[in-house]
Amino acid sequence: MLVWSRPSRIVLWLLFALLFGVLFLAPLAVILLSSLADQWNGVLPSGLTTEHYTDVISGSAGRAVKASLVTGFLASALALVSGTWAALSLRLQGHALRRLLGLLFFIPSAVPSVSVGLGLLVAFSHPPLLLNGTVAIVMIAHFVLISAFTFGNVSAGLARLSPDFEQVASSLGARPAYRLWHVTLPLLAPYLVAAFGLSFALSMGELGATVMVYPPGWVTLPVSIFSLTDRGDIFAGAALTMILVAATLVLLLGLERITARATGA
Amino acid sequence: MSAVAFTGTSVMDIDAAKIRGAGSNVHFDKVSVAYGAHVVLHPLTLDIAPGEILAMIGPSGSGKTTALRAVAGFVRPASGRIRIGAADVTDLPPYERGLGMVVQNYALFPHMRVEDNVAFGLRAQGADKALIGERVKEALATVGMATFARRYPRELSGGQQQRVAIARALAVRPRVLLLDEPLSALDAQIRRNMVEEIARLHRSLPGLTILYVTHDQTEALTLADKIAIMRDGRVCSHGPTTELYRRPPNRFTAEFLGRANLLPVTVAEPAGSKGFATARHRDAVLTGAGRDEKAGDRSLLCIRPQHLSLTADSEHTNRIVGTLREVHWQGELTHLVLDVDGTPVRVSATKLPVALPEPGAEVPLFFAPADTSLLPEDAGG
Repeated sequence: MLVWSRPSRIVLWLLFALLFGVLFLAPLAVILLSSLADQWNGVLPSGLTTEHYTDVISGSAGRAVKASLVTGFLASALALVSGTWAALSLRLQGHALRRLLGLLFFIPSAVPSVSVGLGLLVAFSHPPLLLNGTVAIVMIAHFVLISAFTFGNVSAGLARLSPDFEQVASSLGARPAYRLWHVTLPLLAPYLVAAFGLSFALSMGELGATVMVYPPGWVTLPVSIFSLTDRGDIFAGAALTMILVAATLVLLLGLERITARATGA
Repeated sequence: MSAVAFTGTSVMDIDAAKIRGAGSNVHFDKVSVAYGAHVVLHPLTLDIAPGEILAMIGPSGSGKTTALRAVAGFVRPASGRIRIGAADVTDLPPYERGLGMVVQNYALFPHMRVEDNVAFGLRAQGADKALIGERVKEALATVGMATFARRYPRELSGGQQQRVAIARALAVRPRVLLLDEPLSALDAQIRRNMVEEIARLHRSLPGLTILYVTHDQTEALTLADKIAIMRDGRVCSHGPTTELYRRPPNRFTAEFLGRANLLPVTVAEPAGSKGFATARHRDAVLTGAGRDEKAGDRSLLCIRPQHLSLTADSEHTNRIVGTLREVHWQGELTHLVLDVDGTPVRVSATKLPVALPEPGAEVPLFFAPADTSLLPEDAGG
């Protein structure tokens, strides 16, 4: 057996370590080192400093973190509600319609984010739908890009949910709304939390569409990072990236704890 | 067996008396179910009397679960009406039918404690807090799970979970209890115990009408007052359990409900006033319980394996001879397989002669006319 023989397992572990180290850890390590680098002219930085963090925090970083968190939270919440609603509604439709609409919901995830941003910019630049230059258009862009993922996650959860739970609940006298609130949604909770987490992470890192539509007062973290690096301020961009990673990580870990508590895992 | 059994008749009698509600009859009036052009349940007309346990049994795809789901309201009949008590429930949604349902995998809500699972139906129906507390206590006591009220389903064994599922269904005082293969997920030992416990539970709740769907004939024989045997979306036989077992109306029923030896015979003399006909199997003249066969009809003589004996006595007056092929000792029972003129015949014996014949030996078999039944050869059921 390939996997169970000792040499094969060692080879597989080494391969994994190599791929993980080169493709995943190395870029992150470089960004981390850059964010702490005083000067970096050789293989490694010549000195370490927290100055870049102080600079970005005292500058526009606070506002960017807030913009990203608010955008991510609101767009993810909206995507969660609509994705769940869509998944629940599609369950009641016939097979053909369910497949067709299911496919349509996934289309935004196949369109480049820049194109989504451009489309929104064109669509919402004329009355009566004049949203150009507002925070709302950023929210909409994020919502469009992440809603397919929440829909997909919730649909997968629903597919795994035994119909027995809801049927037994109905037979005991639970009306649809009571059943949804007390049975279906609690049973879907792990999928809902996962969908929210994924949406939030995607939103936090979204750049392509945001850069097309963001108003001057609502600069998100990725846009700030892009601006800094575009101006050549690599170290400040790296510091801001680490802040983005930390903020996302803290939120995702929090969500994971909530899921674990809810499911008793 | 799981850690806790039903707590015995004393507790059950006291609590069940409070739970006992007026059972309703269920009436299927030419109910059919189809998915597009595919008919899964052909027009079914059937009555379940108040307080009766009707077991629907049949192989997979026979339509038994579809019939139960039609009563529950999860399958819409293509034609026909379903009545529970005096009410026509055909067009009512499931939550307005006043039923309790227990399914194969229990479907206990994993995010709720046992007591909340049991209280679910009452809360959904808007019952007041005091009543919910009282009913939850009663229902849990009835199934011997009172001490497990604060546990989560994941902390219970399969048998315990099934008891909670039954308590949850009983707590709403259903007009009819629907049991859909409720013991299929349990292992053999627990299943046997649970069958006995459900029988005991029904004795303490005699007014409760139960529709019990299973593919296990032992469960059906143990629990049911009546049995409906389903095949290809139709009821192929329906009647009181003992009668259906003792006098199966067709081959499918005889073979599905317990084991049956079916000996091809030709009727020599139709059944008279005493109900016994004479039939020939090769040279043997046999007497068996007849129906309306005529002389010369080709029939099957149904003899259950446990009714065949290797020794003659005053009751076992029928005699056939077979060649012993196999002997299977299974502890309490010994199964013999014989070849009687090309027909395999099984014998289940608790006592055997000290000197058991060797395979290949000619062995006489004896059986009583009262333990047999003639059934038409061509009716597959």
